[in-house]
Amino acid sequence: MNPRYRNQELAPDNLGSLPGADDVTRAELPNGIVVLARSNFNSMSAVISGYLQAGSLFESDELLGLAGYTASALMRGTTQHSFAEIYESLESIGASLGFNGGTHTTSFGGRALAEDLDLLLGTLAETMLNPAFPEDQMQRLKNQLLTGLAIRAQDTREMASLAFDQIVYHGHPYSRPEDGYPETVQRITPEHLAEFHQRHYGPRGMVITIVGAIDPQLAVEKVSRVLGDWNNPDQPEPPELPAPAELESLAESAIDIPGKSQADIVLGAAGPQRRSPDYLAAALGNNVLGRFGMMGRIGDSVREKAGLAYYASSHLSGGIGPGPWYVSAGVNPANVEQAISLIRQEIARFVEEPVTAEELSDSQANFIGSLPLSLESNHGVASALLNLERYQLGLDYYRRYPDLIRAVTREQVLETASRYLHPDRLGVAVAGPP
Amino acid sequence: MVNGTEIHTLSNGLQVMLKEIHTAPLISHWVWYRVGSRNERPGTTGVSHWVEHMQFKGTPQFPASVLDKAISREGGYWNAFTFLDWTTYFETMPAAKIDLALQLEVDRMLNSLFDPEEVDSERTVIISERQGNENEPLFVLGEEVQAAAFRVHPYHHEIIGDMADLRTMQREDLYNHYRAYYVPNNAVLAIAGDFEAGEMLARVKEMFEPVPSGEAPPAPQRAEPEQSGERRVTVSGPGETTFLQIAYRSPAASDPDFFPYLVADSLLTGASSLNMFGGGISNKTSRLYQALVEADLAVTVSGGLMATIDPYLHNIVITLHPQATTDQAIAVLEDELKRLQDAPPPAAELERAVKQARALFAYGSESITNQGFWMGYAEMFADYGWFTGYLDQLAAVNPEDVQRIAQTYLLPHNRVLGVYHPEEDGRRSA
Repeated sequence: MNPRYRNQELAPDNLGSLPGADDVTRAELPNGIVVLARSNFNSMSAVISGYLQAGSLFESDELLGLAGYTASALMRGTTQHSFAEIYESLESIGASLGFNGGTHTTSFGGRALAEDLDLLLGTLAETMLNPAFPEDQMQRLKNQLLTGLAIRAQDTREMASLAFDQIVYHGHPYSRPEDGYPETVQRITPEHLAEFHQRHYGPRGMVITIVGAIDPQLAVEKVSRVLGDWNNPDQPEPPELPAPAELESLAESAIDIPGKSQADIVLGAAGPQRRSPDYLAAALGNNVLGRFGMMGRIGDSVREKAGLAYYASSHLSGGIGPGPWYVSAGVNPANVEQAISLIRQEIARFVEEPVTAEELSDSQANFIGSLPLSLESNHGVASALLNLERYQLGLDYYRRYPDLIRAVTREQVLETASRYLHPDRLGVAVAGPP
Repeated sequence: MVNGTEIHTLSNGLQVMLKEIHTAPLISHWVWYRVGSRNERPGTTGVSHWVEHMQFKGTPQFPASVLDKAISREGGYWNAFTFLDWTTYFETMPAAKIDLALQLEVDRMLNSLFDPEEVDSERTVIISERQGNENEPLFVLGEEVQAAAFRVHPYHHEIIGDMADLRTMQREDLYNHYRAYYVPNNAVLAIAGDFEAGEMLARVKEMFEPVPSGEAPPAPQRAEPEQSGERRVTVSGPGETTFLQIAYRSPAASDPDFFPYLVADSLLTGASSLNMFGGGISNKTSRLYQALVEADLAVTVSGGLMATIDPYLHNIVITLHPQATTDQAIAVLEDELKRLQDAPPPAAELERAVKQARALFAYGSESITNQGFWMGYAEMFADYGWFTGYLDQLAAVNPEDVQRIAQTYLLPHNRVLGVYHPEEDGRRSA
């Protein structure tokens, strides 16, 4: 039993001073790997974080879940070490390492006491380069993944989100769940995993950050030592991503999950990508709409005034591609229609009238003021550095950020909002008891 | 001064803990009250958690909508947690803005309104929170296991409370609970971060010392009698997955057996962490993972011990493998417990548990918020020395201690065995 949080949605990110070109080391190895490093000798540990160009965009409809399955399989045994040996070496020193398949990329992350960084990097390189995909472990992992999918089928939040992606991204790769479906995961064999690994895992487009009690130049040398010789000349370019089709009307989907007490709602549309010039205006607007204070205007309307929901908030994904801009809420099944109506009213007001000067200045102050909190831990800094590279923001981005935020106007917020959101052209997905 | 932390008691009984950390321009400010679901009675279960929600609903000086915005505007982050034995509120702010946190916490120690309309609106919010929990098989199972484990002691009910009480509790129930427990002599104020301790103490005194002390809140009197046989509960619900929760009656945090028990749990289910912010590590080399997951009887296993005032539960939670049976999993669990009862574990396995705990401490130390959390936390069920001595206490545990724990506690007659049975109802579920 965990403590009850007042609001799970606001569970904390990790909380330094702002990174910039003078204290972030960026190096590109001859094989294409980009290394970012920043020291923090106030901590005793080091964090590594990064990604490879091996996301689910590369998998076929028949084998959905392949990228994720491959990522999870890497640490289940290599040509040098067994599953038990790999975890024995990590866990016995309190270190952690894991891989996770995403849509565009496969990410990895780990940490250890700084004295154990060599072991951590060695394990990263070994599992990434030389996985063996042993038969017994692959079957065991498959059962774990299938159990995960059976649990997902009962999870109202996840199922609403899945249904939402299918409506809003109809015909677009974003409509496909990264975890796949039971029947697609069932089809995947160790040969498929080895083949996907062989083809898509490689140094081109790979980024790794190291933050902690380590000299940055030394960090670069350590990465070069274990990954500098890696090559994969056949690594394909990421597929072109089409623009999602625009919705012409409300597109609704209801998923019945008998025996549940609460219904979850996800509604919204495709939003701007992170590199879009629209992004910061959309992010500030989104903060007013469904985040600031106790979940912004939507939290005020749905939770505070109507008392309909424990959580009701808005989210702007803003990734490599046109990720969703959406509102999610969990409500009693009897209150679904009322909650959707209140949320659509707030979206209507948001795209018709500019946010107030006070609302904008509050959100600007919130974005600028909370930046140091997000960069307090090694993990927080590593994520921030990774984003600099992923979205090509420039090493001085966090120092320029306050000015960029202050430059956004109420008119820009309104104009941006009205291009992405419309109260009558939304995907609306509900999952709950029939 | 303990471990860099100054500890003072103000004239009204408020305990104040201050720790300077100058690694980032941030301060984390925590107020802890010695009240949680342990202090509740039937009819008003969930009142502590609901009071926590009402603490965000405003005072004459800081109306509800003003509070959240003021913190957000300054780039701060705040939240609150209600647990079995305690309720805590924190703000982590840019150092220059910390006075706002002191102002609002001293204000709501005394002046929260509990407006009847806000009480009614929050009623439906909390009912919705509970219904969201009820969607989770492990919540449903955990609630029944807890209820079966405690017939008398108030650990019987879930922190969020029973639906019957959430529907009927009144404003006066909430307000009286607030007034009885939110007094400075029942609270700990802990501040960690970028400040000068002398200046901070002066400001804390100026702000908090005028709050009058109250009567000492009553201590719960209903100790749980000894358990004399295994208890079994089954729960049925939607899905395809079977979950097991095995709950052993375990010692209080202040009991000398608590630390050896922590080591026993670490060997069985993996390293546990005191971090609220900072995470943990995997448990794939733990004895139960090896015996259950690697044998295709389970897909996951986890476990843990809670540091509590009164004896609580050591929980082991298993997600059953689709082709395995409950009996098979229980038989293997018992074999593993017997192995620990029959022979003391190798010393190297204990050393590993201590190294893991050290690493987790290092990770948790990075966050000033987490450091603030640690300061007040152990005061709620033991004292700050419990926390500062944590690693030494773990290191002092020997293999025979661990064996004795297994022989004393990890026995069928000392447990509740809970099973969540999935019901296939043939209706479309995806």
